[in-house]
Amino acid sequence: MSKNTEFYLFHLMPYADLDLTQVEKHDSSWVTLPNSNYDPKKGHLLYNRYLDELEMGDTLGFDGLCVNEHHSNAYGLMPNPGVLAGMLARRTKNVKIAVLGRALPLLNNPITVAEEFAILDNVTAGRFVAGFVRGIGAEYFSWNSNPAMSHERFHEAHDLIVQAWTREGPFAFEGKHYNFNYVNLWPRPYQQPHPPIWIPSQGSTETIEWAAHPSRRYVYLQTFSPVAMLAKFMKEYQNSAERHGWQATPDRLGWAVPCYVAETDEIARNEARPHIEAFYQKFLRMPPEMLLPPGYLSLKSMQGMLRAKTQLRSGPKDLDAVIDSGMFLCGSAKTVRDQILRYQQDIGFGKILTMLQFGTLPHELAVKNMQIYARDVMGEIRKMEAAPAMAAAK
Amino acid sequence: MSEVKDFYETIEGCKTHILRGGQGAPLLFLHGANGAGRWMPFMADLAKDFDVFVPEHPGYGKSDTPPWLDNVGDLANYYLSFMKHFGLKDVTVVGTSMGGWIACEIAVRDPARIKRQVLVAPAGLRVIGTPVADLFLWNAETTVRNLFHSKEMAERMLAIPMTEEDSDIGAKNRLMTARLAWSPRLCNPDLEKWIHRVELPTLVVWGRNDALIPVAYAERFREAIPGAKVQIIEDCGHIPHAEKTTEFLAAIRGFAKAS
Repeated sequence: MSKNTEFYLFHLMPYADLDLTQVEKHDSSWVTLPNSNYDPKKGHLLYNRYLDELEMGDTLGFDGLCVNEHHSNAYGLMPNPGVLAGMLARRTKNVKIAVLGRALPLLNNPITVAEEFAILDNVTAGRFVAGFVRGIGAEYFSWNSNPAMSHERFHEAHDLIVQAWTREGPFAFEGKHYNFNYVNLWPRPYQQPHPPIWIPSQGSTETIEWAAHPSRRYVYLQTFSPVAMLAKFMKEYQNSAERHGWQATPDRLGWAVPCYVAETDEIARNEARPHIEAFYQKFLRMPPEMLLPPGYLSLKSMQGMLRAKTQLRSGPKDLDAVIDSGMFLCGSAKTVRDQILRYQQDIGFGKILTMLQFGTLPHELAVKNMQIYARDVMGEIRKMEAAPAMAAAK
Repeated sequence: MSEVKDFYETIEGCKTHILRGGQGAPLLFLHGANGAGRWMPFMADLAKDFDVFVPEHPGYGKSDTPPWLDNVGDLANYYLSFMKHFGLKDVTVVGTSMGGWIACEIAVRDPARIKRQVLVAPAGLRVIGTPVADLFLWNAETTVRNLFHSKEMAERMLAIPMTEEDSDIGAKNRLMTARLAWSPRLCNPDLEKWIHRVELPTLVVWGRNDALIPVAYAERFREAIPGAKVQIIEDCGHIPHAEKTTEFLAAIRGFAKAS
């Protein structure tokens, strides 16, 4: 073992004080859950608590901190992740700061993201990672952005942002959805030619093909998916790269997953159970029509899914089910470490993005989780990687 | 019973699926969001008096999805080419829901080939403060239950087994409806500005119990189109041609006689 696995701390900043009984009274904790369920006084405490948790990731030695964008929901309170990333930029010294990512098709002016990311890249002297996504289906309801144009807007916004970062301005951008006479980015990005671009996805062949194209070679992140899907989509990326004549090294692939580590397997399961179940059952609760508005998937994928009726029920989401499917890493440090190492060996990803606070998990448990994870999972794996002979002798 | 022709015609580069039957003056039926791939009883009845054209809109059903199709205005321009292609004159246009919206957009652009229009619970305009329901949050079952007022009729529709082809076409139709009508939902603010220029004899038909576009919208269309007549059908949901076929046909015949 001689790889250098990268460890990232991912946060969603959920509204952990959510009255879970309220969710049952509505279709979802997205789009239509009344915001009278949000108490700004609690919100004040939560934002500051979550920023503390992320900042702690710097001192605990993580490679990076990750925030992301979601709208009108209790699942993640970062409608503008750049604000949170900006706060972290000045309060941290070593870690990378990753916005994973901005939902490009929702934007009426993608240059705002090119600018925002360039500022973060300048302030941190290149500790910045850019993420581009299409957002969750529910966001197309909240922002009234047309999901049937999601793919074309994503590609056009991406092209505009990358050109804004790399071409000398002013230049004209003449697209279908975006038109500018004078693209002329001040500030230019610190990293040249531009900050690294990561593509988080729940897995789609079109996205993987696009990210793995030799002109891009973007880091592909699989988020909150069963391990079987993780393996399938990462293999697709590796195969696609190979077809295009390049080899996808592990640093091109990342896995984002909620994780809870404690003194023993039993303690971990008992402490995590209500909070991970709240995460998957309440915070992610939405009807299929909200999750997958028309056009969010390609027509062919949608037709296949409707024929198979697979979108209607995605299976149970209790603790055992999400542990068994690999949608949740949970146990003693040894259990979690062995699991990561096994998956890594089988699948070949080099970045692991753990979400160590999830759903209703309180601060004390989140901190304990982070400390044990940093020392006994991340720390141990790093030691093994630094001294392969010693690890082999164990 | 007249013979129905089921054929394809390429217009504006789009291979279009068309059903055509009957004799008489031309009648162009413009379907709503759920498409129109089958010859329905009300079409057969209209075919006694009219040469009935039932195209599936570009992007719907068995018609191709052309690269130029982004909004309802594109479909309106397409149907001007369609009527020219077949050399149609004195056309009776019957548009339901999305199809009624298309009919209005056609009439605003060029009514020369049209004699009269029947708008059946049309989309296209807004009544501020009275939003349309969000059909994109309805699943297949709730859609049927919400479109029909009669529960028995909804149950009968739901009992019909869905083939894989139906399922595929349903996804395709839904995708195109989103493309055309997601934002702003089911309307075009520019149409509001110009619909008053429509000078065609117009009948607006609405189901009293329409759960998608509330019956209050009928008044909006009456105000917007000079001389428009409104007929409300009692105990009826969003698709009167299917739910109250007899009343629907009588309304069209009465209007055709009078205009």
